[in-house]
Amino acid sequence: MKQFSRFNLISLLLGFSFLYLPIIILIIFSFNESKLVTVWGGWSTKWYAELLQNQGIKDAAWVTLKVAFISASVAAVLGTIAGMTLSRFGRFRGRTLFSGMIYAPMVMPDVIIGLSLLLMFVALAVDRGIATITIAHITFSLCYVAVVVQSRLSSFDDSIEEAALDLGCTPAKTFLFITLPVIFPAVISGWLLAFTLSLDDLVIASFTSGPGSTTLPMKIYSQVRLGVTPEINAVSTILVGLVACGVLLASYINRRQAKQRQADEQMAAQAD
Amino acid sequence: MHENKEFYPWLDAKQKPYIQIERVTKKFGDFVAIDNLSLDIYRNEFFALLGPSGCGKTTLLRMLAGFEKPTEGRILLDGEDVSSVPPHQRLVNMMFQSYALFPHMTVEKNIGFGLKQDKVPAAQIKKRVDDMLELVQLGQFARRKPHQLSGGQRQRVALARSLIKQPKLLLLDEPLGALDKKLREQTQFELMNLQEELGITFMIVTHDQEEAMTVSSRIGLMINGDLEQVATPSELYETPKSRFVAEFIGDVNLLEGRYDGSGEFGLTMVCKESDSAIQSTQRLDVAHGTTIWAAIRPEKLEISKQRPEGTPNVLKGKVWDIGYGGSFSTYHVHLPNGKAMTAVRANRERSLEKSITWEDDVYLSWAPKSAVILTD
Ligand SMILES: Nc1ncnc2c1ncn2[C@@H]1O[C@H](COP(=O)(O)OP(=O)(O)OP(=O)(O)O)[C@@H](O)[C@H]1O
Ligand SMILES: [Mg+2]
Repeated sequence: MKQFSRFNLISLLLGFSFLYLPIIILIIFSFNESKLVTVWGGWSTKWYAELLQNQGIKDAAWVTLKVAFISASVAAVLGTIAGMTLSRFGRFRGRTLFSGMIYAPMVMPDVIIGLSLLLMFVALAVDRGIATITIAHITFSLCYVAVVVQSRLSSFDDSIEEAALDLGCTPAKTFLFITLPVIFPAVISGWLLAFTLSLDDLVIASFTSGPGSTTLPMKIYSQVRLGVTPEINAVSTILVGLVACGVLLASYINRRQAKQRQADEQMAAQAD
Repeated sequence: MHENKEFYPWLDAKQKPYIQIERVTKKFGDFVAIDNLSLDIYRNEFFALLGPSGCGKTTLLRMLAGFEKPTEGRILLDGEDVSSVPPHQRLVNMMFQSYALFPHMTVEKNIGFGLKQDKVPAAQIKKRVDDMLELVQLGQFARRKPHQLSGGQRQRVALARSLIKQPKLLLLDEPLGALDKKLREQTQFELMNLQEELGITFMIVTHDQEEAMTVSSRIGLMINGDLEQVATPSELYETPKSRFVAEFIGDVNLLEGRYDGSGEFGLTMVCKESDSAIQSTQRLDVAHGTTIWAAIRPEKLEISKQRPEGTPNVLKGKVWDIGYGGSFSTYHVHLPNGKAMTAVRANRERSLEKSITWEDDVYLSWAPKSAVILTD
């Protein structure tokens, strides 16, 4: 391995501390005994215990989890369908438009997505609440699932589907028993991605929420405006942990898939 | 075919073809993959498709299996137009060139998949899968996943999977390519046995012309999306229709010349390699001076140091190279004008001293009936 030069090492350290120092400070202060956020008073987990007593935060957490779970699940289904359409149906009319449109939410500012959804809900006279946040989250996380599924399908051997059909399997069963099991890891990692995206979204949720449907990020944000409390640090730490787990798991699944494929290909090359 | 010497249904006008491919054209965009192809295949045939890469063999099989629709023309299976029957409803099974094994299923599950779709009882599936595993000699790999197998083993799984339903028509796309010689011959033999036992009609794509010769009742030679010639293996070898066929099936020496009327035997041809006109027993109905070719198989060329008597077809040359092939030797002879000819001679005597050796001046000769005269 190449030796790190001093310059490289320093820039690496700087870069990482730039990225992670704030989070580390947040995590450390969530274990602070003292009530004052900026004064260290020794280690303690009392703010975590306090959290369990805070009904407002618990409600918000519950809303967030519900929204994240439902929106990730729906996005996984719709995103899979979209990803398959994009990689399968070749050059149908309007394919470029379709693929461009599906990726748009990835680059569109959250504020605009939120605002446009809000306008739509108002125009349709839909009562805003958990349902509207969920719909909004489906809208923007769908494309991430589609991308993950599509990239998996690009290395998918279509002839295994044909082989199943050839052996008398109906198209629907072929999808269920052949295609889906093979691409399932991609769907799962897409789901995890959608889940974490929904967990930490503040902007879109703020636009599309109604009374009684406050998500955790919204709750944190509103509390912080009244002053940072160690309790908020604790809840943020939990959120960071959840998101990190989701992202790590998703990339682990993807990595394992890629490794497996590589091993298979190597083996096939050797055997032939 | 070893036992079916009398099996010539295509010569019998009363026989109804099992598969009728009627003027089928297949286009991918502007590209014509199959070009107005017609072919009849009879029940119990073992039909081999040969042809250079990209000539449309796989495309033809895929149309029979139902994965591609003919752009024009139609395909009849047992008298019924199947052009619009989806693949899962056709009583046809196909073995894919890429094997197409289900990566998430064990070898057992892969092989049994077809029977499971037909709701065959589990106990029976188990038994038939075991039989199949034995046939392809994969018993000890039953619980492995495809990625844990070698190329040859995967190929056998694919073969077993396509055989297990005992379809009326089995399409095999290069089924034995990855097997070693011994296993390949064994499997060829098994395939022929299966075909006789079960009455399956086989259509096999292969790159190995020797294989096509051994197993098939007829061979269809394809080029550019159409059939150049359909004939039994021996007809194809002995009476090729064109230079393309002659060169594709086995080795051949081609002499280009001009038609010079019917001579003493049937026709004469003048060519620049020979001082005297070449004689053949074949008859042709073409104009004087038409360009024709004499195709002579290497084993039909006699090679000798003395000028041979009794044949008008003699060429002089010099031995350039000798290839020792065990039971036979291949002599590469250069004619005075530089043209290379190949002659094969069986090594009948067990002698290490060759009577003919490098740089020897030799005569190549053949009987008037041994060459095929081609006009194309
Ligand atoms: N789906 C497709 N779209 C466009 N062109 C195709 C398609 N499938 C096949 N072709 C073209 O049709 C031609 C015939 O292909 P095919 O696979 O039938 O060849 P083949 O005779 O089986 O060759 P090989 O011996 O290499 O397997 C090729 O030139 C190929 O590029
Ligand atoms: Mg092919």
